[in-house]
Amino acid sequence: MGGTSSLYIMNMALMGMGIYALIAKRHIIKKIIGVVIMEYAINLFLILLGYKTDGIAPIQDSSINAAQLAVRAVDPLPQALVLTSIVIGLGTLALMAAQAIKLYEKYKTFDMSEINRLRG
Amino acid sequence: MNALFHVLMLFMLIGAAVAIETKNMLSSVIAAGAVGFGVSLMFLFLGAPDIAITQVIVEVLSLIILIRATTFADNRAIERKMDSFSTVTGLIFIGFLVMAAVWAFQDLTPFGEPLMRVSRRYLSGTAVETGAVNAVSGIILDYRAYDTLGEAIVLFTSILSAFVILRRRGKKDIEAEDTEEFGILEQEQL
Repeated sequence: MGGTSSLYIMNMALMGMGIYALIAKRHIIKKIIGVVIMEYAINLFLILLGYKTDGIAPIQDSSINAAQLAVRAVDPLPQALVLTSIVIGLGTLALMAAQAIKLYEKYKTFDMSEINRLRG
Repeated sequence: MNALFHVLMLFMLIGAAVAIETKNMLSSVIAAGAVGFGVSLMFLFLGAPDIAITQVIVEVLSLIILIRATTFADNRAIERKMDSFSTVTGLIFIGFLVMAAVWAFQDLTPFGEPLMRVSRRYLSGTAVETGAVNAVSGIILDYRAYDTLGEAIVLFTSILSAFVILRRRGKKDIEAEDTEEFGILEQEQL
């Protein structure tokens, strides 16, 4: 018990900053940066969960056999899932930036409240 | 090692605060990039070199995309007056989130002692069953290949839609200008 590490709390604070930028900022690029920071925080949290104290990377070289690797290596499963998640983050970022550029071409502003006002 | 993690985490928190609060958009984007490189260093020291490499490449590309999206526009500060309602709402929401998170963290295993029921099986079997020395490659390309296929489809779709959105002109505009008038015609046009 007592699994609460201060690293987890700081990680959650990082994610909270991302949510704050998403809710309270009016500049679209600031909102996109908020989403990106949230992404970083979640990916990092999954990797933190799989960390083993003084663990080695899950790569089996000639100096170690499979049984030793299973005892000493960090958890490879969250690493495999986060690897694809990072690349997908790039794809969604490109989509968000494309939409922001199109909104700027139409409304000549990045201000979210102005875009709401100039409907049509 | 633990102190190093805390230092990097503090660096990322400060970088995120600068990225969110600074007025100049270019510095904001670059501060977000600093947070990304902090995440990459963190991955490296957490025993995940594959992810650290991927994070650096993705970080460089996303910086290029974000700078492309910001610099052509005018960078005047938009946050002229404080929008107090959404600020207060956001802070209250984040307070609830952190409280719920601290409550939920009680049930996790302590930091540094992961629960590796499935992963132990993967680690001991990867070299024999898949032929890969790197357990991460063995998992994404063999044990969980269908997951990877689905995620590749998501990536393909998002890049495709970004290209569709950014296309300069529609096909119709290129072939012929559409001059037909719509709506109710005037009396003399009938």
